[in-house]
Amino acid sequence: MSNADTRVVVAMSGGVDSSVAAALLVEEGYDVVGMMMRLWSDEAMGGAAHNRCCTPEQMNDARRIADKIGIPFYVLDTKDVFRNTVVQYFIDQHRDGYTPNPCMECNRHIRFDWLLKNAIALDADYLATGHYARIHENDAGIFELRKGIDENKDQSYVLSVMGQEQLSQTKFPVGEYPKSEVRELAAKYGLNVESKKDSQDLCFLGNSDYRSFLTLHAPDVMQSGPIVRQNGEVLGEHEGLSNYTIGQRKKLGISYSEPLYVLAMNPYKNALIVGTRDELGRDNLTATRVNWVSGNSPNEPFQAEVKIRYKALPEPALVTPLDDGRIQIVFDEPQRDITPGQGAVIYDGDQCLGGGNIEKFATEELEVL
Amino acid sequence: MSPKREVYLDHSASTPVDPRVLDVMMPYFSEVYANPSSSHRLGRKAEQAIEDARSTVAEILNCKHTEIVFTSGGSESDNLAIRGAAWTAKQNNTPSKLITSPIEHSAVINTVTQMGDVMGFDTEIVPVDHYGFIDLEAYRRACEQGGSVASIIYANNEVGTIQDLATLSRIAHEHDLLFHTDAVQAGGQLTLDVEKLHVDMLSLSAHKFYGPKGVGILYVKDGIELNPSQSGGSHERGRRAGTHNTPFIVGLAKALELAYAENEQRMQHFRQMRDMLIMNILDRLSDVELSGHPEKRLPSHASFVIDGIDANALLMHLDMKGIAASSGSACKTGNPEPSDILLAAGYTSEQAKCGLRLSVGTHTSAEDAEYALDVLVNAVGKLRKLSRELTS
Repeated sequence: MSNADTRVVVAMSGGVDSSVAAALLVEEGYDVVGMMMRLWSDEAMGGAAHNRCCTPEQMNDARRIADKIGIPFYVLDTKDVFRNTVVQYFIDQHRDGYTPNPCMECNRHIRFDWLLKNAIALDADYLATGHYARIHENDAGIFELRKGIDENKDQSYVLSVMGQEQLSQTKFPVGEYPKSEVRELAAKYGLNVESKKDSQDLCFLGNSDYRSFLTLHAPDVMQSGPIVRQNGEVLGEHEGLSNYTIGQRKKLGISYSEPLYVLAMNPYKNALIVGTRDELGRDNLTATRVNWVSGNSPNEPFQAEVKIRYKALPEPALVTPLDDGRIQIVFDEPQRDITPGQGAVIYDGDQCLGGGNIEKFATEELEVL
Repeated sequence: MSPKREVYLDHSASTPVDPRVLDVMMPYFSEVYANPSSSHRLGRKAEQAIEDARSTVAEILNCKHTEIVFTSGGSESDNLAIRGAAWTAKQNNTPSKLITSPIEHSAVINTVTQMGDVMGFDTEIVPVDHYGFIDLEAYRRACEQGGSVASIIYANNEVGTIQDLATLSRIAHEHDLLFHTDAVQAGGQLTLDVEKLHVDMLSLSAHKFYGPKGVGILYVKDGIELNPSQSGGSHERGRRAGTHNTPFIVGLAKALELAYAENEQRMQHFRQMRDMLIMNILDRLSDVELSGHPEKRLPSHASFVIDGIDANALLMHLDMKGIAASSGSACKTGNPEPSDILLAAGYTSEQAKCGLRLSVGTHTSAEDAEYALDVLVNAVGKLRKLSRELTS
């Protein structure tokens, strides 16, 4: 099948990466269609009438670029499904004492499910996005997910939820380029987006921050409670568990003879557990909702590298698949900030093997903390 | 990749300029370019063209040439009629309430709403039935309480329903209200004889009947005073300031003349194409309803509510196959709101996001309609399958 006969729907945001992705596909001669999702944002909070990913300005930019490179452009109403999956998940997870990664959830439910299916229904052969990652079909016909060339920008972490069917229908055109070159390409194609800032923070918060968002949507998790040491000593009062992250030192509002760090949250007792640097860190975790990119779970424990946050470095660890589908991960060195709800994503060099969601520490464990 | 066939079924949104219209416009761009208000020879020539155009229009509307005001289009005409008459009433200390319906074009409804919300006028919006016909009893009660203008759309843009203007204007007159109608969709298709319609003011826009965009008219019955909504020079007998757009006015008159000279053939063709679309769609698709009235509807206009179909997504699928159609709820920003007109006609807010409008024109062929039908049936099938997949 020639490129001209291959239809690629490209998810456009009006930003640099997806615009260049679209332009590259056009240059390669594909039958390209631009699509933008109208996502949900919290209008109830005032001033947040637009999701940051699809403000009128972003939409105008995307439309202008589509016109410039000569492709059709459509905006799809994705508000309800986004609200019911990604946003609800974000709220529920916080309520249950987790710190979720909504972008992973969006890739799972929205981009590479809802949007991909919409693209296929429009007779597309592929969905393309502006993610920094690469897809490689190996000799055995397995689609491998690899880090983007630009390791600083690599987004394979949030794509670790993808499976074989999705990867076989996906293209990441900018994954082959360093970001600096992507900006140069934007200028070369005359897209006039090369100096736009990278997007930051959660798209659906509109103009507010996630704390005020949670105060409105999950007020229970923003209730104050005790700050305690492992021995039960109460040191002060926290402002709601969702305000803190594990490993955090600053802004705890307590004075102590040595620096204290957030060790864990105990949502059962609404307690923030703090301790000294020595007490911080653990070397193991279990993860659930596990996805193996290849579609097959390994049978034996294996040595790999694991990232526990989008911006964390990959750390050597032993990965043990459990009988119930979960995985146990034991790091060679203790990690300071293993955070329940975040993804634990497994790598073999630049290949992303999959991952899961970090589980909460057991109640008993929190009691002894 | 370009679609294999392009079929334009959005004539209610706009029509192409007829080449015969374009021909008569051309000299007025660069040959007879003078300001028609100028007293020199070239100015008089331009003025003559405008006055000829005015007479042509007046003849079709069966009115005096002094009763025709040239404007920049339907929206401006609606604004001038409503604002002009309401402010005059206020000035004269006569009742100034504005009466309209929920199925008006936004140029009317938003004007009335602004006059109410910002400028302190009383307003009343009279309900419609499932076909989009005005509730006559409610309308009569509204008129009984007095007011300045009742403005009711002649033929609705979204569901195509044609109102009984003679009855509506008679009721307005019984209670000393002026009666205005937005005839933008009706222009070129239905009679514009203001004697028969008994209207006091009537808005038209040239681009709906194969004339250029950016030019329209407001018919204003002699004796009606309008406070101009655009002030300035004394053009158009002080009712509309601004240098005349000679080529567009000439084009409007020619387009209107052709529309009524050829009205019989055009309407026969429109009806044939429209009925082919309607019959096939009702036959070949399940859970679809014709919106608006089955008979009392614009000859060019077919509109539907297709259950469970996001109109935006449907228009995208049609566009990818080269079919230009529209929907009252669709918008380019992916933020569809239920159509106010379908809501007013009693559809649920879910259904009011599922409207589709196909409007035919002089060049629409049976092959076009067949192709569009195949694509539409296929797209609806795909979208329903997709929605089952996504909800399972």
